[in-house]
Amino acid sequence: MTKPRSRPLLQMKHIGKSFSGVTVLRDVWFELYPGEVHVLAGENGAGKTTLIKILAGVHTDYEGEIWLNGAKMFFKSPHEALIAGVSAIHQEMSLVNSMTVADNIFLGREITRRWGWMDYLSQEKKARELLAQLGIEVDLKQMLSQYPVAVRQMIEVAKALIYEARIIIMDEPTSALNDLEVTRLFKIINDLKRKGWGIIYISHRMEEIYEIGDRITILRDGCYVGTYSLDELPPQNLIRLMVGRDITQQFPPREEYRREKRLIVKNFYLADPTQTKKWLVEDVSFDLQAGEILGIAGLQGSGKSELLHGLFGSYGKLTRGEVWLDGFRLAIRSPRDSIKQGLALLTNDRQGTGLIPPLNIVHNVSLASLGRFSPKGWMHTGEERAAVRDMVKALNIKIHSLEQEVQTLSGGNQQKVVLAKWIMTSPRVLLLDEPTAGIDVGAKYEIYNLMNQWTLEGKSILLITSELPELLAMADRIMVMHRGRVMSEFTREEATQESILQAAMGRR
Amino acid sequence: MAEGKETKARLSRWRLVFQSPTTRALAALAFVILLGIIFNADQAFFKWDTHRDMLRQISVFGILACGMTLVIITAGIDLSVGSVLGLTAVLFSLFSLQLHWPPYLAVAATLLAGLLCGVASGGLVAYFRIQPFIATLAMMVFARGMAKWVSGGQKISTAILQPDGTYVYQEVPAFFNFLNSKILAGNIAVVTLIFFFCIGLSWLVLAKLRWGRYIYAIGGNEEAARLSGIPVIATKLLTYGLSGFFCAVAGICQAAQELQGDPEAGLTYELTAIAIVVIGGTNLMGGRGGIGLTFIGAITIGYLEKVLSINAVGEASRLMLTGIIIIGAVLFQKFRQ
Repeated sequence: MTKPRSRPLLQMKHIGKSFSGVTVLRDVWFELYPGEVHVLAGENGAGKTTLIKILAGVHTDYEGEIWLNGAKMFFKSPHEALIAGVSAIHQEMSLVNSMTVADNIFLGREITRRWGWMDYLSQEKKARELLAQLGIEVDLKQMLSQYPVAVRQMIEVAKALIYEARIIIMDEPTSALNDLEVTRLFKIINDLKRKGWGIIYISHRMEEIYEIGDRITILRDGCYVGTYSLDELPPQNLIRLMVGRDITQQFPPREEYRREKRLIVKNFYLADPTQTKKWLVEDVSFDLQAGEILGIAGLQGSGKSELLHGLFGSYGKLTRGEVWLDGFRLAIRSPRDSIKQGLALLTNDRQGTGLIPPLNIVHNVSLASLGRFSPKGWMHTGEERAAVRDMVKALNIKIHSLEQEVQTLSGGNQQKVVLAKWIMTSPRVLLLDEPTAGIDVGAKYEIYNLMNQWTLEGKSILLITSELPELLAMADRIMVMHRGRVMSEFTREEATQESILQAAMGRR
Repeated sequence: MAEGKETKARLSRWRLVFQSPTTRALAALAFVILLGIIFNADQAFFKWDTHRDMLRQISVFGILACGMTLVIITAGIDLSVGSVLGLTAVLFSLFSLQLHWPPYLAVAATLLAGLLCGVASGGLVAYFRIQPFIATLAMMVFARGMAKWVSGGQKISTAILQPDGTYVYQEVPAFFNFLNSKILAGNIAVVTLIFFFCIGLSWLVLAKLRWGRYIYAIGGNEEAARLSGIPVIATKLLTYGLSGFFCAVAGICQAAQELQGDPEAGLTYELTAIAIVVIGGTNLMGGRGGIGLTFIGAITIGYLEKVLSINAVGEASRLMLTGIIIIGAVLFQKFRQ
C-alpha cells in the first residue's frame, strides 16, 4: 500500500451540503491516495451517498472544494466527472439492460469512424481485451439483461476502465453478489490498486471492510468523525465511532423457544416458469416449530429465494408437494390467499417488490391489511391511521410525519416500513429474505431484536441472509440449499461458516 | 434557539404547501383566470353566464377525464375514451330516438355498453398483459368502427327516413331536453351537475373505498402490490370498466346536447381528457395524483378556451396558444422552489 507520502489523487475539503434547508453534510474531509482502498463508512443517513454524489458530479450546489491531482475541480455533470477520471459504480447501476454488453461498455464513448459511423469491430476487439483482463466470460453481443447482477457489475468496472478513470467509487458493490463473485471482485480491486488507482469503497459488511480496506473515513449525522488506518482500528471501536454509542455485541442473545410444529413442508417442488421440465426448487422437505428461526443458506441460484416465493404463492400454482400450517393443509394459489392463511414474505428487493415508493407511510404499512380497515369496502381512515401509528412506534420507525412519502426515508426505516406492513397482517410464519441488506448497524440490531420478540410471541421465521455471522447468530437451525435441493441441515451448535459454505458449494 | 427551530418548521411547512400538487394546479388556474381578467372583452368575464357556459362546455371532457384519471393513476392510459363516447352517443340516440325506449332503459343499456367496452380494454391489459397504450388504441379503432356500423354511417337524429324518401321530424324526447337544460333559474347546466356527480363518484372510489387504495398501489409498484395480496386483475378490470362507464355518461350528455348520435363524435377527445389530467398534475408514471387535481385541470382548460374565445382569437392561433399554455402549465408544476 502506498502510504500518505505520495501526492493525493483526491482531496475533498470542507464539504457541506443541504437539501431545502436541511443540512446533510457539514465540513467533511476526504482524501484518497493512489493505490488505496479507502472505505467510507457511517450509518444510513450519515451522508455517505451525498458525499459520493458531490464527487461524481450529481450534486453541483455544495460548499467546499474538490482537488484532483492537485488541481481544483468543479464537476457540472456526472459526465464531466467521468472524463476527469472519477467513475462511480452505483447501487442503481447506470447500465442499459436492453442494449448489448459491448454497447454498454462503450456507452457515451463509442468508437466511431468518420461522420459518427459506428466502428463495431474495434469496439468488440477492445471490449474483449478488457473483459479478459477482468477475467469474465460473456458474449458481447448478448443483451445485458441476460446476465446476473454480478456480471453487470463487472461490466460497470469495464466501463470505468474505458474512461481510464483513476478513481472508482463502489457503493455497496457486493450487496447482490455471492461469495465466489465477491472473491473475484476483490481480486480485481487488488489489481487496480497495484496499478495505482484509488478506490472509494462503501459497505455495511464488517468482514469486507477489513478484508479489502486500507483506511476508513467515518461520517456520522453528516459530520466528519475521522480517518483511521484499518490496521489500527478494532471492529468494536469502528462500530462505536459509526453509531456514536456502544453496541457491545453485533447480535442480541437469542433464546430458543420451541413449542409445537407449526409449518411442515413435504416434498415441495417449484417449476421454472420460463422453462419446461426444470425445477427451481426440487424435493424440499422441512419443518418449522412455533417460535423458531430456521435459517436458509445457499449461493445465488440455489433456489432459496424461490423457495420462499413458491411457498408464498408468488409463482401461483407452479408448485407441487404438501404444505401444512398448524395442522391445516395450505392451498398455495396466490400471495393474496397465502396472506389470509397466515404467511408473510419480505422480499430481498425493497425498492422493486417491497415498497410502493410514491405512497405515504400510512398507505404503505396498511397495504396488506386493507380488508381489516374496510370491512364493507369503505376505508375507516381514522382506525387505519391509529393502527399504523402504533406500528411505527412499536418498530421505532423514525419519521417526520405519517404522510411522508416512503422514498424520503433512509434504507433502515424503509425496511422497517415493509416489516410493519407484514406484522400488521398478524402472520404466523414470516418468510424473511435478506431482512438486513443494505441497512446500517444500528437498524440491523433493532431488526434482530424485533425478530427475537416476534418469535417469543410464537411467530416462526424462515430467514435467508447472505451474511454468515448473522445466520449463525440468529438461526436456531440452518438448512443449506444447493441447486434447488436441500444439501444439509445443521443445528446452531454444529454450524460453522466453513461447513455452511462447503455445503452451499455442493459438498456434503 | 427554540424560536429559530419553530420558524424553520413553519418555513418548511410553507414549502410543503407550495410544493403540493394542489397548490401548483391552483396557481396555473389562477394564471388563466388572471388572463381572463386582463383580456376581458366586453366585460364578459365578469358575467356569471360566461362561467356557466364554460362549465357546460367543459363538462363532457371533464367526465371523460374522471375515468382517465383513474386509469392514469394505475400507470395506464385509455386512448379509447373518444371513440367509446361516439359509440355510446350513437347507441343512446338509437335506443331513445328510433327504438323509443323509455329513458331509464336507454340510459341503463348505454351505460352497460360503455362499461363493457372498458372491461374489454381492461381484460386485454390485465389478463393478456398487453400494454395499455396498445390495448386501448385497438379499442379506440374498434369502437369507432362499431359506432359507424351500428349507425350505418349516418347521424342518428329525430329525422326519420320514410319509405317514400321524405323525412319525418319527431318531437325531441323530454329526457333530451332535460339533459340539455339549465336549472336553478338558468344558472347551471344539467350536464355540469352530471360532471360534478362524476367527480364526486371518482373521489369516493379513490379516497374512500378500498378499491382506491388498490388503484394507487398498482400504479406505484404493481409487483409489490401483487405480493401484498392486492387483486391486480380485478382492480384493472374495475378501473378500465369505470373509464368506459364514464365514457357512456359523457356519450349520453353529448347526444343530448347535439340532439343526435354522431358516429364521428368524440374525435380527439381523448387528447383533451389526457391534457386535463396532466394539467391538473396527476403523474403519468402512476401512483400519484387525484380527482381534485383533475377538477382543477378541467376548469383550467375550460377557462383557457373561454378566454381565447371571448377575445375572438382565431382557431389557428387558439390551437397554438393552447399548446404553448399546456406546456407552460406543466413546466410550472415541475419547477421547484
